[in-house]
Amino acid sequence: MSDIDLAPLKPAIEKFIPLGRSGLLPALHAAQKLYGWLPESVASEVAKSLRVPLADVHGVIEFYALFYNEPLGRKVIRVCIDQACALKDADGLLARLCKQHDVKPHQTSSELNLTIEPSPCLGMCELAPAVWTVDDGRWMVSDDSAESDRPRSAVYGPIRELTKNCGNGTTSLKKYGEYKGLQKALTMKPEAVVAEIKASGLVGRGGAAFPTGIKWEGAMSAQADQKYVICNADESEPGTFKDRILLLDDPHRTIEGMCIAAYAIGATRGYIYIRGEYPYIIPVLENAVNEARAAGYLKTFEIEIRVGAGAYICGEETALFESIEGKRGFPRIKPPFPTTNGLFGRPTVINNVETLCNVPLIIERGAAEYRAIGTEKSPGPKLFCVSGDVTKPGLYEVPFGVTLRDVLKMAGGVANKRKLKSVLFGGAAGAFATSEHLDVKMTFEDLREVGLPLGSGVVMVFDETRDMRDVLKRLGKFFAHESCGKCYPCQMGTQRQMEILDRIADGKAQADDFIRLQDVGWTMTDASICGLGQTAASATLSAMKLWPELFVEG
Amino acid sequence: MTVTFLMDGKEVTAQDEQTLLDVARENGIDIPTICFHEATTANAVCRICVVEVEGQRVLQPACIVKAADNMKVQTRSEKVIRARKTILEMLSATMDLSEAADIQGMMKEYGASDERFPDAHRRETDVKDDNPMYIRDYSKCLLCWRCVQVCADDAQYTFAINFDGRGYETQIGTFFDKAIPETSCVLCGQCVAVCPTGALKSKREYLLQQGVSPQEISVMNTGRKKRK
Repeated sequence: MSDIDLAPLKPAIEKFIPLGRSGLLPALHAAQKLYGWLPESVASEVAKSLRVPLADVHGVIEFYALFYNEPLGRKVIRVCIDQACALKDADGLLARLCKQHDVKPHQTSSELNLTIEPSPCLGMCELAPAVWTVDDGRWMVSDDSAESDRPRSAVYGPIRELTKNCGNGTTSLKKYGEYKGLQKALTMKPEAVVAEIKASGLVGRGGAAFPTGIKWEGAMSAQADQKYVICNADESEPGTFKDRILLLDDPHRTIEGMCIAAYAIGATRGYIYIRGEYPYIIPVLENAVNEARAAGYLKTFEIEIRVGAGAYICGEETALFESIEGKRGFPRIKPPFPTTNGLFGRPTVINNVETLCNVPLIIERGAAEYRAIGTEKSPGPKLFCVSGDVTKPGLYEVPFGVTLRDVLKMAGGVANKRKLKSVLFGGAAGAFATSEHLDVKMTFEDLREVGLPLGSGVVMVFDETRDMRDVLKRLGKFFAHESCGKCYPCQMGTQRQMEILDRIADGKAQADDFIRLQDVGWTMTDASICGLGQTAASATLSAMKLWPELFVEG
Repeated sequence: MTVTFLMDGKEVTAQDEQTLLDVARENGIDIPTICFHEATTANAVCRICVVEVEGQRVLQPACIVKAADNMKVQTRSEKVIRARKTILEMLSATMDLSEAADIQGMMKEYGASDERFPDAHRRETDVKDDNPMYIRDYSKCLLCWRCVQVCADDAQYTFAINFDGRGYETQIGTFFDKAIPETSCVLCGQCVAVCPTGALKSKREYLLQQGVSPQEISVMNTGRKKRK
């Protein structure tokens, strides 16, 4: 330990000290940037500076996959091995890289030159297979064709409301123009802004589809000395990459949405919590916040950017609060709900990036005009993240109400002129559709009727040649890796589910595995604390209904 | 405020600050618990106390949910029993329950088989014997969180232990796996007192179980007692 020089640490973490425990994740990020990993003496110094117990600092480092308490290579290559990338031979790519550099997955070369890590979804599903490289602190992302300091954005669709400024690099404030929605909101009473959002019929686009206006109303009427607005940019649902494009290409739309929310509920502080796997977005956001501040939009509302550290669970709103507060990302028991007891126990509105991007549109045009897009019960534009076996994967903006067939047609149909096997809807926490569902309208109400979740807008396509057992095996691994371990059904259920799906994929199903898998799935669904556990079996259970023959011995 | 509602079809009255678990116990209705302990903050992690509440999408933990007027609560519905039985079966495929008599009793009551999950990866670790007061046998740990809670702000404010890993691979641990004497532990013994499975055990009890005789233990202790 004596060879580690702690002198540069103090200045690197100084600005987080006044934040106390809440400064823990930013301080650990800063320390890791300095040393490449988090040695004991460094973790100890961070603990002392922030006045957090040593054991608690250890617990936090252990929880987040991107914090390391063992030495890491100066260069780290992370290869996404989740569903969309697996279809583009991510396993082969990982094996080739390991062979080329003579290291095993998760292994660091002896001279600390290189570490290769198989990674959960990197949010670049349309560019699969995705690789994220950090070389001496510099990051690069690469896909099948090129290496770059930011992923390219493939944006399509018959309407371009939310994605108007997407597809051509980052939109500056000058190009974005004035915050017209915010300017209009400021001429209205906060109650009228909330009423407009309610009238628009906007519901959350992160996966839970909760009515945004009702959320805002709750936080608006709550009495407190401090309220918060949080943008949930911890996009980690396998198959989802919409928020990456929205933030990277058009950060001001989200910031304007946050400013309107802050005005409506009376919040003076806000956070953008962005996943650690999107490092290339952080400078873009910092710059955009600075632009907004210079233009006078942040006079009564200050925005801080917080960076996650490799934990899917932190997309769950209460786990995200815990993470900002400097703790392990354990979801809280609800009620109480965030609108009254959110971040630091204060009333909080937390919205997904895409949800916030709808807000300026609604206020600027008025709810009535906004509702002209989409259907009666699912108004507005919707983004779909199309990946897998299609000719033209990418982000598609459509009005609610187009059919799955329409979306597939826009994406050039199933790739290589093959037939459709299935579509994973809503991500890992979603469910499978088949060709029988091609004419279902992509709305909340129509999809609900056929038991398909819209989720975060994932449309992952599998052609007729795909082995669905391999897809399920990866889903099982994903959830076992990402379960926080707080409640028993999910902590053990995701492990048991993975074990059973593993042996089924290996052709070694045991007698009664079908019933076993079902009992584990139902128990997770019925008894888990949060949405992760409650949906960890969703795709598996839907596959068991569609293809029961895949789950039996022989 | 007094509230009236139905529990297993029976009309019960309670105070609105009472939990469903409280009300059930007052009315002679048995709801099993594992992580719950009177002295610690209820976190509803084990989910063995879940009940079905009409109108709720998912099962509700009785140790947390408060009584309310006109509730309809089922403490033994088909869903509840399936969840409890499956949780117990997963537990027995995960850890050593040999000293958890209460849980063994529950397994019998719910017809839970300890062979339900063949070829399951079990959480097994070596016994940590690193201090004169207690041993830590995490093969027996079911992550009820009680020890971490009493070590922190539920009782002692010592903050010597927290968690290693996450998910299924979670284990109770110290800062960089330090031995207990190198941590802030004050050997208060509260964690040992609240451990439900024998994962934490007094050193003396452990040695006696290992077949070490009281005389030998006494000899082990004498050296330090002598005055200079």
